[in-house]
Amino acid sequence: MIVTKGLRKSFRSRRSAPVDAVRGLDLTVEPGEIFGLLGPNGAGKTTTMRMLATLVRPDDGEVTLAGADLRTEPHEVRRRIGYVAQGGGTTDGASAREELVLQARFYGIGKAEAGRRAEQALAAFELTEFADRPCAGYSGGQRRRVDLALGVIHRPRLLILDEPTVGLDPQSRAQVWAEVRRLREEGMTVLLTTHYLDEADALCDRIAIVDHGELVAEGAPEQLKREISGDVVTLELAAADAEAAEKVLTGLDCVHRIEPREGDELRLYVTDGASAIPQLLHALAEAGLRPEQTRLQRPSLDDVFLARTGRTIS
Amino acid sequence: MKLARDTWLIFQRQLLLMWRTPIWLIVGVVQPLFYLLLFAPLLRPVLAPGGSYAQAYRIYVPGLLTALVIMGGLFTGFSLLGELRAGIIERTRVTPVSRTALLLGRAMREVVALLVQAVIITLVALPFGLTVPFGLLLLAYLLLGLLALMASSVSFGLALMVRSDAALAPVLNTIAQPIALLSGVLLPLSLAPGWLRAVADWNPFYWAVEGIRALFAGHLGDASVWRSLVLVSALTVVAVLWSARLFTDRVR
Repeated sequence: MIVTKGLRKSFRSRRSAPVDAVRGLDLTVEPGEIFGLLGPNGAGKTTTMRMLATLVRPDDGEVTLAGADLRTEPHEVRRRIGYVAQGGGTTDGASAREELVLQARFYGIGKAEAGRRAEQALAAFELTEFADRPCAGYSGGQRRRVDLALGVIHRPRLLILDEPTVGLDPQSRAQVWAEVRRLREEGMTVLLTTHYLDEADALCDRIAIVDHGELVAEGAPEQLKREISGDVVTLELAAADAEAAEKVLTGLDCVHRIEPREGDELRLYVTDGASAIPQLLHALAEAGLRPEQTRLQRPSLDDVFLARTGRTIS
Repeated sequence: MKLARDTWLIFQRQLLLMWRTPIWLIVGVVQPLFYLLLFAPLLRPVLAPGGSYAQAYRIYVPGLLTALVIMGGLFTGFSLLGELRAGIIERTRVTPVSRTALLLGRAMREVVALLVQAVIITLVALPFGLTVPFGLLLLAYLLLGLLALMASSVSFGLALMVRSDAALAPVLNTIAQPIALLSGVLLPLSLAPGWLRAVADWNPFYWAVEGIRALFAGHLGDASVWRSLVLVSALTVVAVLWSARLFTDRVR
């Protein structure tokens, strides 16, 4: 549905050195998936989205969206994709219905059909109740649902959402997630950006983590967490034993990495926590050591980011 | 065809939004009315020495209307900045809608708004003895409409270039100020020294004012009428093309 090869964009300004916002991004989004672009603020997510949405011309790279070439047929791309910007774009003085009808007509849809589609969209996004009031009076969550409805009024095969839940309360956020899942069930492919780890984790089938305009990791959230850092096992030892324990455990196969020790606590990255803990305990027992406490943690996407970049996302 | 359809769509929406906030009409009409009621009598001895109020208004009202459409048109760029900020322009940019229509639909709204104001001011001037042949008045409105289209196109183009309220205001003032002074709009250029009148001869808006004055005076055959029509039409085409190019380039 989306293929980008070597996508690149830098911004020049008179006062400072050029900023390389996106540096050679290769992405593949399969039909029917919810694909998340995860990264800290300033990672190049929005620039990437704006390039895909035909708003910014890429400096370099090949992009195909829903079968249309971004460089040579931007017009065709516009027909095939829906895009919802970070800040949305509703007119304060117009109602949701008026906005939806106008948006449909921008895509060349006739007056009667545009009215029908607006009616359907209002029902689908639970907007019927205030459909004829001006958008200025809508809550953040309601506005967001209008934005989403506007983005899919022409029934695109691909929907691009830039930070769809930023600034929303938890309830509205959950509602947006539900809408995105519903659209996917209707056969739409969804590409979204987020800097919320839980959002990427809960909503996306696959994610790509970007930092400084480059791809850091790509895969299903579960797979990424397992592959990159495995599980995290924390052992608490008597102060005198900590150093000896570290030496014993360093040689084990199942241990990828031991984090620099803080006091008498050891943080180990292991392949599979459930099977590693018995091995760890066994090795320690053989050396005459016994941890006071053992904790097993599933790694978060933040751990993935940390492992790849040495920094945390948030 | 698509351009006409898209322009119509944008124009309709803009008109609807304007209709819902009619404050523009009050603001747009009140200020010119002050000029008409409080300032024009002051100028009567200069405009029409020894003449009637009707004669004075025949000279003054065309200048006032020209100033109204040029100033009103020039400052309409701020509305575009508001729409840019709200993300409305970006939302429409991602659709296949014609880029030129984004400009023309908005500029046409401004033309309608300014012509409505012009008509109201003309009506108010009637009781003071202003008389204009109806056909010639329509021709004058055509000229004013073209001026409004030109000024608002330029304003939208500038708004796209500078992109900020803080920068747009001084830029527009700098452009508007000399145009207004040299058009003989506020004070007649008959008061001006020769060199200033020579400079004004190079100001196309002065020509436009002269053309409209001739129409208000009932001189259809006056050379200034066809000269101003040709000149203003040409300038309007240039302004629209320039601004439309900015819309397609920067609003790709």
